[in-house]
Amino acid sequence: MSSGSGPVALASTSGRRRRTDRVMRIVLLALTLVALVPLVLVIVRLLGSGLKALSWKFFTTDPTGSFLGDPGGIKSAILGTVEIIAVASAVSIPIGIGVALYLVEYGRTSRFASVVRYFVDVLTGVPSIVFGLFVYAALVVTKVGGSGFAGWKGALAVALLMLPVVTRSAEVVLLLVPGGLREAALALGAPRWKVVARVVLPTAAPGLITGSLLAIARGAGETAPLLFTAAIVQGTTYNLNGRMNSLPAQIFADVGQAQDRLVTRAWGAAVTLVTMILILNIVARLYARRSRLS
Amino acid sequence: MSKDVSIDPDSRVKEPSVSPEPESTPGPTPSVSRPTVGQAAAARSLPEQVGHTITLENMDAYYGQTRAVKGVNLEYAANRVTAMIGPSGCGKSTLVRCINRMHEEIPGARCEGRVLLDDANLYDPSVDVTAVRRAIGMVFQKPNPFPTMSIHDNVAAGLRLTSKRSDDVGQLVEASLRGAGLWDEVKDRLDTPGIGLSGGQQQRLCIARAIANEPEVLLMDEPCSALDPIATLKIEELIYELKQRYTIVIVTHNMQQAARVADTTAFMLSGELIEHADTEKIFTNPDDSRTDEYVTGKFG
Repeated sequence: MSSGSGPVALASTSGRRRRTDRVMRIVLLALTLVALVPLVLVIVRLLGSGLKALSWKFFTTDPTGSFLGDPGGIKSAILGTVEIIAVASAVSIPIGIGVALYLVEYGRTSRFASVVRYFVDVLTGVPSIVFGLFVYAALVVTKVGGSGFAGWKGALAVALLMLPVVTRSAEVVLLLVPGGLREAALALGAPRWKVVARVVLPTAAPGLITGSLLAIARGAGETAPLLFTAAIVQGTTYNLNGRMNSLPAQIFADVGQAQDRLVTRAWGAAVTLVTMILILNIVARLYARRSRLS
Repeated sequence: MSKDVSIDPDSRVKEPSVSPEPESTPGPTPSVSRPTVGQAAAARSLPEQVGHTITLENMDAYYGQTRAVKGVNLEYAANRVTAMIGPSGCGKSTLVRCINRMHEEIPGARCEGRVLLDDANLYDPSVDVTAVRRAIGMVFQKPNPFPTMSIHDNVAAGLRLTSKRSDDVGQLVEASLRGAGLWDEVKDRLDTPGIGLSGGQQQRLCIARAIANEPEVLLMDEPCSALDPIATLKIEELIYELKQRYTIVIVTHNMQQAARVADTTAFMLSGELIEHADTEKIFTNPDDSRTDEYVTGKFG
């Protein structure tokens, strides 16, 4: 091949290399398909088993607990999840964005900031049941607030879970705000807090919203921290200090029952939960598109 | 010219002194086509005012242990354009950032020495750093309008970011945009985002934003390095108009630009000020051989 007569001799691609290339492409495509199989099966099964449970009544009645009569719907679980997530978000999002602002705007490269950053990373990896266990030991067993299990305690456990997620995503977004904008504002004579409030936060807002929504979506699907903090009940309650139902807890309770209609209710609740999270994800993507940072 | 400058935004009263130095000294800058039409427009929007002198005394600037500026003494004359030239990394930008105390915003950076605005030391411990930056405006290398703000809000940002009140924001915005030579191009779309403008327009928007703060001095850190030649020409014409009102310091890599816009030019090398003289002298007959080598292109 290299014994060409001309001054430049370019070797042709060997047959072996071409064959290896083709084989590897096929292998990688196959692996991708294998990964897609369970995903598709989950969706098919979810819709196949869950859609038939859905009805107006399913969303507007509480579970009855009756074994023989009408099992009722999942109203208390939907409202409970919304309440718990609302409280958890109200706690974790401001704190998380506050921590991120501290890390990016003030702590920067300081020793303390890197320690905080490290612990936030560690918290991200803590299993959710550990947060539930912690709240159970700290607040439920000790009957803080006069009650054992309570909606706000479940919300707190979910907030602990969401906090590192919010912090990490907010930090990434704030780091994307160009330093030139901070310089421009400082050079105009703005005090640092106004640089943050009037320039950095508005510029980062779409990204912060996206990160927060994804953290909410993450928190909404968690079961473990709720089981032994908010418990599982049937009735709808707006009392945050009382036991509160939630979609993951309802699914957990129903799926183990020996009655098909209760299992079907679990599938219906699962479809509802997945749809809620899907909507959050779509809204988050829409906000991400509005962001001028990349 | 000897009016005291108080570093307090509210007591800055602009009164013409008795004998403002007239535009007598015919610019020593060689062969520059001075804008004439634009000059008349500038005179309309920006009444002349007596600028203020900046004096650097024994300035040292550090990044951590690295000494980037070494014992510089320099005086920037009022209502004059001073160009800072020198090879990359010679400390000219660092020095200029010491003037409005932006240098200290970089983690680990500090400086020593005195910067006097007329007679007031900007590094006096009692001086509010935000007041210094209001008195000394800055335009950066890369146009950096605030992306979330409209053209109007960008110009008014100085007011909003410093809680200053203005009786007529609209009038101030118009005057500043006229001063930056941008009014006619944007007057019909003041509510559109500032980042929708072209690069040259964005840079003039940043100049409008700086002069809306009514500073005494304008620092420009390579303001044209990200712009095309036409936009550069517009900024240079603008600099010529702005010196009727402000003392201007411009950092530039472009020696032709220094020759075109600057009354005096300072040459820096390795953190030291080598020579500061009339621009014509620097480019034709410098005292120091290193200046001569640099301006004739032997290095840098």
